[in-house]
Amino acid sequence: MTHMTMIEAIQNAHDVAMAEDDRVVVFGQDVGFFGGVFRCTAGLQKKYGKSRCFDTPISELGIIGAAVGMAAYGMKPCVEIQFADYMYPAYDQIVSEAARLRYRSAGEFTCPMVVRMPTGGGIYGAQTHSQSPEALFTHVTGLKTVVPSTPADARGLLLSAIADPDPVIVLEPKRIYNGPFDGHHDRPVVSWKKHPLGEVDTAGAPIPLGKAAVRREGEALTVLTYGTMVHVALAAAEETGIDAEIVDLRTLLPVDLDQIVRSVEKTGRCIVLHEATLTCGYGAELVSLVQEHCFYSLEAPVVRVAGWDTPYPHAQEWTYFPGPARVGEAMTRLLQR
Amino acid sequence: MATTFATPPPGASPAPLTLNVPEPEFRPGDTPDFSNAVIPRAGTVRRPPVDVDPQEIRDLAFTIIRVLNRKGEAVGEWAEALDPDVLRKGLRDMLTLRAYDARMMKAQRQGKTSFYMQHLGEEAVSCAFQGALARGDMNFPTYRQAGLLISSGYPLMKMMCQVYSNDGDTARGRQLPVFYSSKEHGFFSISGNLATQYIQAVGWAMGSAIRGDTKIAAAWIGEGATAENDFHAALVFASTYKAPVILNVVNNQWAISTFQGIARGGSGTFAARGLGFGIPALRVDGNDYLAVLAVARWAAERARRNLGPTLVEYVTYRAGGHSTSDDPTAYRPKEESNAWPLGDPVLRLKAHLVAIGEWSDERHVQAEAEAHDTVVSAQREAEAIGTLMSGNLPSPRDMFEDVYAEMPPHLKRQRQESGY
Repeated sequence: MTHMTMIEAIQNAHDVAMAEDDRVVVFGQDVGFFGGVFRCTAGLQKKYGKSRCFDTPISELGIIGAAVGMAAYGMKPCVEIQFADYMYPAYDQIVSEAARLRYRSAGEFTCPMVVRMPTGGGIYGAQTHSQSPEALFTHVTGLKTVVPSTPADARGLLLSAIADPDPVIVLEPKRIYNGPFDGHHDRPVVSWKKHPLGEVDTAGAPIPLGKAAVRREGEALTVLTYGTMVHVALAAAEETGIDAEIVDLRTLLPVDLDQIVRSVEKTGRCIVLHEATLTCGYGAELVSLVQEHCFYSLEAPVVRVAGWDTPYPHAQEWTYFPGPARVGEAMTRLLQR
Repeated sequence: MATTFATPPPGASPAPLTLNVPEPEFRPGDTPDFSNAVIPRAGTVRRPPVDVDPQEIRDLAFTIIRVLNRKGEAVGEWAEALDPDVLRKGLRDMLTLRAYDARMMKAQRQGKTSFYMQHLGEEAVSCAFQGALARGDMNFPTYRQAGLLISSGYPLMKMMCQVYSNDGDTARGRQLPVFYSSKEHGFFSISGNLATQYIQAVGWAMGSAIRGDTKIAAAWIGEGATAENDFHAALVFASTYKAPVILNVVNNQWAISTFQGIARGGSGTFAARGLGFGIPALRVDGNDYLAVLAVARWAAERARRNLGPTLVEYVTYRAGGHSTSDDPTAYRPKEESNAWPLGDPVLRLKAHLVAIGEWSDERHVQAEAEAHDTVVSAQREAEAIGTLMSGNLPSPRDMFEDVYAEMPPHLKRQRQESGY
């Protein structure tokens, strides 16, 4: 066991996967010589050579389209889109091609590829470096979508994603690449290396897709969340003293419905929390699942806490970002109903 | 402070600006006349060595490589010594494709399927090209390259099952008619979204190069779809990584009702799109079986020798409608396909075989009848399984398969809910 940042854990997962399987190739803008603008692929080109880890032209469409063809050939491409906000030019290749290839050819051609992309705000990235597009992927059948919240999960989920026979989207909350973030931007930054959740077993097994983790056990209410918001929910529980159960979904599709039902049936109250904009967000799916499967256990309507329905505003990040105050207030309100 | 603008420079035109919207030369009611089209005589375009510096053959992107002359003779540096059996097979492939198209067009009109797209006039492009590929190579076709399957020996009956979406369809009734797929025959599953396969072909070829394999890929696109971003991404990636891929552009003059000048703009030719990327670019007579085969082999050899991609534009003409949903008389003169100066690919190869004493009118009539019989008997077999309208479709249970390698719980629940 060792402490590492999420970035180091992602590097480690690449390293392990590339060492185990020489079909794994890594490419994207700046990922080769430089190791990625966030350094998630640092050292890979040096260790595995230029044909296993290389830079690409600035063409998200090209990166994903080439990866689809390469996966169909028999490789396992694990590609990086520099920011999730840049994936729109490639969206057709992801949605109409990667996600459909197995289905449309009845299994004759498959697309075992991974698309990693940093998501989320809190880094003063404004509108084009802060988006959380998970709903655009979870709505697409044929894709799997994961969001880690700790270095160990980032490593373990990426290993599973690379091993998976289908295309997997890995959304990496960039705000917690280097340390957990509890929504208090005015507090000193804590590194994963000094945090209990920063512990990673570099010989550890992959974390299976589709399995949630309970980050905090509680009786009063359930918070269903993922990514950066896991840490915000933990902070809110601590600051309000409310005995909340925090469920970190880790995989958004396929989602761990059993764990959701177990927790909500136990607490009878549920908050759905995400950073992405509210309307038609992934939270709507969670609320639907909870009402469909846990209706008779609910003691109050399910509450959504999310980013406002505006583009991400540069100067107003901390108002936009659902921080512990908003989550705590929602918790208090929910207990009063 | 008030904003001030400089006065217009001397000589600036005061006239209002206008938008240029290119128009085809002929519309319904016009008499098509291609006498001014610049078509080099067969045999006059040189054949460079495959390792030529692309800078030295820029002119080949603006001419048309042709082998068969009006007398049916194979002439010039691109004429290869071909076994007459190869040529006879080529002719039979084209006749089979033409007969297959005719039957499937009729089947669609009879309500046996929803849709069909025929190849009339373009048969040489795909039937000849396959002759340059080896087992294991992969085509990334668009929807007018069924000749690749036919010339590689793929069963017509299986193609028809795909068109009928019946229980014999390997794609399990999930794809539009003519969206075939066969890994074994080097035919990548067709997508309805234009041009997506172009960059995928480059990625596939990059995979082969990364593995140190010997297989090459062929990308296919129509001239209209070259306007899509994917085409340009493919050229960037192919030239950057010198991927072992043949980048084919089938210029059949018409993207549904839109003439080729709309996608081409002022660039001269579609082949010329390759020049800015340093990719060798050739333009070839797409109705000349021998020229297509020769150029395809040249490009394939370049790819196999690790010399990188080649862009090939096939100049041809879509004599039929875009699909069974299209009426071309609404946007072009009826007589245009007959006036098209590059002729009928079937008749041109026939004339060549006759000219070299390896074919006759009688044999041709017999070959046409054989192609027809082969197609009819395959059709009988396919229809015995079912058609889109008559039933015996794949099980609705199949609808839930292959979304993922392993069915996730939410899909299992939905399948159960559907009753299957």
